Amino acid sequence: MDLFEYQAKQLFQTYGVPTALGQVATTPDEARAVAERIGGVTVVKAQVKTGGRGKAGGVKVAKTPAEAAALAGDILGMDIKGHTVHRVLVDPAAQIEQEYYASFLLDRANRTFLAMASYEGGMEIEQLAVERPEALARVPVDALAGVDDAKAAEIVAAAKFPPEVAGQVADVLVKLWQAFVGADATLVEVNPLARVADGSVQALDGKVTLDDNANFRQPDNASYVDVESTDPLEQRAKEKHLNYVKLDGSVGIIGNGAGLVMSTLDVVAYAGEQHANVKPANFLDIGGGASAEVMANGLEIILSDPSVRSVFVNVFGGITACDAVASGIVSAFSLLKSRGDEIDKPLVVRLDGNNAELGRKILTDANLPGVQQVDTMDDAADRAAELAGASA
Amino acid sequence: MAIFLNEKSKVVVQGMTGAEGTKHTTRMLASGTNIVGGVNPRKAGEKADFDGRSVPVFGTVRDAIDETGADVTVVFVPPKFTKDAVIEAIDAGIGLCVIITEGIPVHDTAAFWAHSNSRAKGRPTRIIGPNCPGLISPGKSNAGIIPADITKPGSIGLVSKSGTLTYQMMYELRDLGFSTAVGIGGDPIIGTTHIVALEAFEGDRDTAAIVMIGEIGGDAEERAAAFVKEHVTKPVVGYVAGFTAPEGKTMGHAGAIVSGSSGTAQAKKEALEAAGVKVGKTPNETARLMRELIA
Repeated sequence: MDLFEYQAKQLFQTYGVPTALGQVATTPDEARAVAERIGGVTVVKAQVKTGGRGKAGGVKVAKTPAEAAALAGDILGMDIKGHTVHRVLVDPAAQIEQEYYASFLLDRANRTFLAMASYEGGMEIEQLAVERPEALARVPVDALAGVDDAKAAEIVAAAKFPPEVAGQVADVLVKLWQAFVGADATLVEVNPLARVADGSVQALDGKVTLDDNANFRQPDNASYVDVESTDPLEQRAKEKHLNYVKLDGSVGIIGNGAGLVMSTLDVVAYAGEQHANVKPANFLDIGGGASAEVMANGLEIILSDPSVRSVFVNVFGGITACDAVASGIVSAFSLLKSRGDEIDKPLVVRLDGNNAELGRKILTDANLPGVQQVDTMDDAADRAAELAGASA
Repeated sequence: MAIFLNEKSKVVVQGMTGAEGTKHTTRMLASGTNIVGGVNPRKAGEKADFDGRSVPVFGTVRDAIDETGADVTVVFVPPKFTKDAVIEAIDAGIGLCVIITEGIPVHDTAAFWAHSNSRAKGRPTRIIGPNCPGLISPGKSNAGIIPADITKPGSIGLVSKSGTLTYQMMYELRDLGFSTAVGIGGDPIIGTTHIVALEAFEGDRDTAAIVMIGEIGGDAEERAAAFVKEHVTKPVVGYVAGFTAPEGKTMGHAGAIVSGSSGTAQAKKEALEAAGVKVGKTPNETARLMRELIA
């Protein structure tokens, strides 16, 4: 889960990373009030979880509270790369003397953590890595040893920070590492880390990604969930503990196991090339168990998606036998019926693996409206794509 | 021969008496796995019953090894306690530690991985997973949750990030049979990579050809492609899932995420093909490519 800049900076503050943090506003009037409280020049910054805010016009300097209000009015509601701006952060403006870069992140390939730092900040780090790789230091961090003063000094030296800020930057790195570990983050990034007019070093922006697997020991994580920007179907699915991602196609997908569902999406998109270019409408993994209730909840979410024109249920009976899955589908239909939901879209079901024949027989005997069975994954995907394409 | 797991393997189960542990210990026993014990400090000295098979419970992995000569552990303990359980197994000097548990914080995985590498003495523990279905050498042993009745012993080796795609591919090639199928897991940090499994299959007399299954996220498949080109002489076919996955969304597995332009299925497919690995568009087509290759 990614945090907004203001949440990232709040986290930094908790761990003593120096940062200039004003306050969030959701209306121009609020922005004016914050700017008045801060006094002097402020920066009004769109709070969206994507890069390139500045270029999109989402970061502006305001000389007066009235100007802050006007700029907030412009920025609120703006669309930045598909993200709607629901709030702005009004920060005290810093007089930047020099911009640097610092981050800690998960290094998947080396199965450890990595510090990245540069005396050249401000630009997108991917761009820096390509254009001036020699200016970006990458220092592996041992997960057990972490970052102490000595390690921080090593990073500072590797990144060639100038001597006048070396001590301050090292201190920031130690605290930033504590935030990284303390919050169970997979990324903490400060860009820019800046030396400002009074000579101090401050985090002027912040990007943090948290590990959802650590939610059980990070009570604050629940409050970071951005319900406003979450797709309503994804939100409903989450409430029902379903592993669902909304996509923009018209073939609803239900399957068991993350890998198989990802594969199902691809196979449907591939089949769709022959059928009006239809695409998958969602990712939904109902897991190994595939109980009737989970199947019903999954079907309910998918059928309530107005863009869905056909549904493909793709189950490989591994741990769960196909007869249990078939019974689950039958029960799901009666459960949905009893909830008053109408199943008015065609369902293509492919059952394979353990007890597949028994499962298929259960479905055949149940004679559910709109349900057709196809024995292989590729043929079933083709049928589902055909059905969605035909009703387009 | 098979890789990592064979008929001589003596398996203990950490978390054997929990719901998942009980269910899958029963299944592993039924498929012929030599399960010599379970580990649960609160039930040390007791016996657990699995459909009439009695299995002793030990207080620690160390005790289980001392008493039974166990060399494999399968971990079902909940995410909160997995790190300690794995470190205990590593410190006890177990040869193979298979972590089925899903949902382990990545800082914990990084910690037990670093711990495993920091041990200077003795033979290092091979870690498979976490968030994986384990591995099966059909007809010999089954350590994890892979259904044993999909296929039979044979000469195909399989390495996959995904559990259900492992089952699907075993099913597609069920008539040929498998030497070993290894599910290496879908987390951002995993103990045994595609490369390690490919290297083992290359050296395994029982394995004639290899299927590797990848998915979006990270660059493990690209690295594996480079390894295949340099070091693998046996036929390899590949499959990659997640072409339609949108950027920035986690697709079920914690590690299955496209970040910016990195970790895409397209890049993985291209890397594999550049290394001479044929890549199927669907699992079924991948199986067909394998049949053509070994025909």
